[in-house]
Amino acid sequence: MAKLHVSTTINGEPAEFLCDVSQTILDVLRDQLGLTGTKEGCGSGDCGACSITLDDRLICGCLMLAAEAEGRRIETIEGMAKGDRLHALQKKFIEFAALQCGICTPGFLVASRALLAHNPDPSETEIRYWLAGNLCRCTGYDKIVRAVMEVARDMRETTR
Amino acid sequence: MSKQTYKWIGTRPDRPDGADKVTGRARFGADFNMPGQLVGKVLRSPHAHARIRSIDTSAAEALPGVKAVVTSKDFPEQANLIVPTGEMQVNLRDVTRNVMAREKVLYESHAVAAVAATTDAIASAALALIKVEYDVLPHVIDVTEAMQEGAPILHDHLITDGVEPRPTKASNIAKRIDNAKGDIDAGFAEAEVVIERSYTTQPVHQGYIEPHATLASASEDGQIQLWSTTQGHFQVRGFCSRLLNIELSQIRVTPTEIGGGFGGKTVVYLEPLAVRLSQKSGKPVKMVMSRDEVFRASGPAPGATVRVKIGAKRDGRIVAADCTIAMQAGAFPGSPIGPACWTSFACYDIANVRVVGYDVVSNRPKVAAYRAPGAPISAWGVESTLDILAQELRMDPIDLRLKNAAKKGTKTSYGPTFDTIGFVETLEAAKSSAHYRSKVKPGMARGVAAGFWFNVGADSSAAAHVAEDGTVTIISGNPDIGGSRASLALMAAEELGIDYDKVRPVIADTSSIGFNFVTGGSRVTFATGLAVVNSVRDMVRELKGRAAKTWGVDVEGVIWENGQAKPAGSNVGVFEPLTLAQLAATAGKTGGPINGHAQLNVQGAGPGFGVHIVDLAVDQETAIVTIDRYTAVQDVGTAIHPSYVEGQLQGGAVQGIGWALNEEYIYNAKGKLENAGFLDYRIPVASDLPMIETILVEVPNPTHPYGVRGVGEVPIVPPLATMGNAIARATGVRMTDLPMSPPRLSAALDAAMPRAAAE
Ligand code: FES
Ligand code: FES
Repeated sequence: MAKLHVSTTINGEPAEFLCDVSQTILDVLRDQLGLTGTKEGCGSGDCGACSITLDDRLICGCLMLAAEAEGRRIETIEGMAKGDRLHALQKKFIEFAALQCGICTPGFLVASRALLAHNPDPSETEIRYWLAGNLCRCTGYDKIVRAVMEVARDMRETTR
Repeated sequence: MSKQTYKWIGTRPDRPDGADKVTGRARFGADFNMPGQLVGKVLRSPHAHARIRSIDTSAAEALPGVKAVVTSKDFPEQANLIVPTGEMQVNLRDVTRNVMAREKVLYESHAVAAVAATTDAIASAALALIKVEYDVLPHVIDVTEAMQEGAPILHDHLITDGVEPRPTKASNIAKRIDNAKGDIDAGFAEAEVVIERSYTTQPVHQGYIEPHATLASASEDGQIQLWSTTQGHFQVRGFCSRLLNIELSQIRVTPTEIGGGFGGKTVVYLEPLAVRLSQKSGKPVKMVMSRDEVFRASGPAPGATVRVKIGAKRDGRIVAADCTIAMQAGAFPGSPIGPACWTSFACYDIANVRVVGYDVVSNRPKVAAYRAPGAPISAWGVESTLDILAQELRMDPIDLRLKNAAKKGTKTSYGPTFDTIGFVETLEAAKSSAHYRSKVKPGMARGVAAGFWFNVGADSSAAAHVAEDGTVTIISGNPDIGGSRASLALMAAEELGIDYDKVRPVIADTSSIGFNFVTGGSRVTFATGLAVVNSVRDMVRELKGRAAKTWGVDVEGVIWENGQAKPAGSNVGVFEPLTLAQLAATAGKTGGPINGHAQLNVQGAGPGFGVHIVDLAVDQETAIVTIDRYTAVQDVGTAIHPSYVEGQLQGGAVQGIGWALNEEYIYNAKGKLENAGFLDYRIPVASDLPMIETILVEVPNPTHPYGVRGVGEVPIVPPLATMGNAIARATGVRMTDLPMSPPRLSAALDAAMPRAAAE
């Protein structure tokens, strides 16, 4: 079957690719565009390692067809740092040791950024429920939740 | 012992691989690619137990785009030979059959063939074209059934080891082990209270978020390059060498960043297949497991039955303890039955002990190590029984444990006598914790349990290099899963007296550093840490020599302090100290490059002890357990980077909570796994949990220069019984079968109800 031609925007840059109808955006990002920061833990929407945003909405890259990216805006972990400056969440994750192996980290960061864009003042419970779609087997979530709480507090203070 | 003061040890700097891991730059197993690579895929058995009559690969081979097909014919037969790897002993005859079935398939999803093709779709199509004829055999999943007379036998040659006289008939019981101390019958005769219960646990998966992945490239001249997500690239090299008859030095394995292992990545599944496919096709071959394959075909931890009998005096002193464990090994012998037995009563000083264990095969995937292999299973039985004893004696559960706690000089039932250990300190810290002193909230109940792990030393190599500007690289050979590079760099900085950010730790491939045993057994910060310290000391010896040469004095006249060479005293002469940077800059004139090396077989790993406390509530309608507060207390020796030590305690505790409450392998009548995905095999998520409080008790290990003990494994040992003990106190119902999931717990509550109503 002929490939589909897709024009989209990835991390603020225009991007084009050819894909099969059945290919997921996760496969295209990782295998064709070399953006391997987005991870595959399950391929079935259960682990959140493939978290990306589509027009600012948090989604699982493994559940979205690549063809659906046409004319949309995609953000991945590779677009999170600006120039040589890490995002506040990225810095805080390192400072708080919110990662051990780090395979879940891109997904948690993308999901946490989406949370703070949507709710700048989340309670601990709201953070825990928002991140319930992201699995981490190493940390027990404690330091991840603390890092997100702290960044939310810092961001509120600087915008006040 | 007064507390040492250190400049770097005990601080919390950013980890060396932090920036790469928060930006997506770090490369894990599936992130490596080579030009022209093929996609490798595995054909797996649809049956739990069947004889393979024939395999016809001709149609698959004829499919355009298919470049190689392998079956067991492509792997030489192996002798019945036991070799150590990870924390387990393996038999190469079995390993080659586990990576590729030979005469029989022994579990659902057992590999029977593999293909390499130009695209994923072609590889999948090729698998569908391979014709395998099976004679389906009766199967057995349950460990108790597998031990019965008349059960389907997996291996006709398997004769139970460790029973006298040696049986003549094949059995699924691979071995019986026992260890004992004192006189068990006399002990029970002396007891005033005896508690006896039987328990079960279900198999659970390590649940690393990154599936197994590898990339192999075989050259025409016989050299092999391999990238693998593994806890032990030297083990990967060793397995590939043996299974494929390739000299070790021809194989170069580079460990990728590893997305969790917990013991499950100490064995090989894909690597030998990828190498063979690459040899046959002449192209690099990449293989990545799906999550479904990870669940069905990579090692879970075993399930088991555990019978525990404990006898005590009315004052709480335990006088006799007996435990029998039957453990699933999966399709091939080799469960962690040894450590399960040895750890069972290791926390306690008991005069009369007997422990018996059985290693049992059944039609399930071969088990692999999982964090403190075996120990959580025996602890579930022992620590639950102790809680019943505490209730019976109306004793505080921590006081009961304090009364019987192992100390320096306690002789274990399995042999060794403890040196300085911190169990009493850990119990006392738990007892005086804010959590334990707080009042239990209405509607909640509190549970407590303890746990033990030996920790491991073994083989490590390390090197230290100083660059021309005085910055330092330390090179070791253990994949870093949870921040070990930071700990190694901290120890090197402390030893050298230079800043942490002047030390860069790297993990070398198998051809670039000497042998290292796996990342496992909580050994890296301890044993590889010691190798790093010794390599730095070797380098310091060299640096002192260079200073002596510069000053024209004897090397004995030079000391190393705060990153500088100094004269040992005024009698040596008056010289300005020489910094590491100055010595590095002049190295060319004083004897060439300055490096240090160390290679060790490390002994004296200090055992670790943990005590966990939980407050929880059980919903009477739904049987859902809500955790209100959780605290993990542990003797950690010295916390080199406390954040990562806390992280080990938190992560281990939560894995144990998952094991206690939800996780299990569910098989149907055909012997097929029914919950091979994260939706139905439910690991804990953020909304299931509160914060996990940690208390680090620091009782330094006397055999390590910085007092390091392994910390990673102990924290998964106490949670199972911690949860069960709290649930028993919350509901009045003592759960003896895991997991205490809503269906199982609500059935138990319902069963107890009429009795409660009638009383
Ligand atoms: S890979 Fe998409 S949710 Fe797991
Ligand atoms: S840090 Fe390993 S899975 Fe989250």
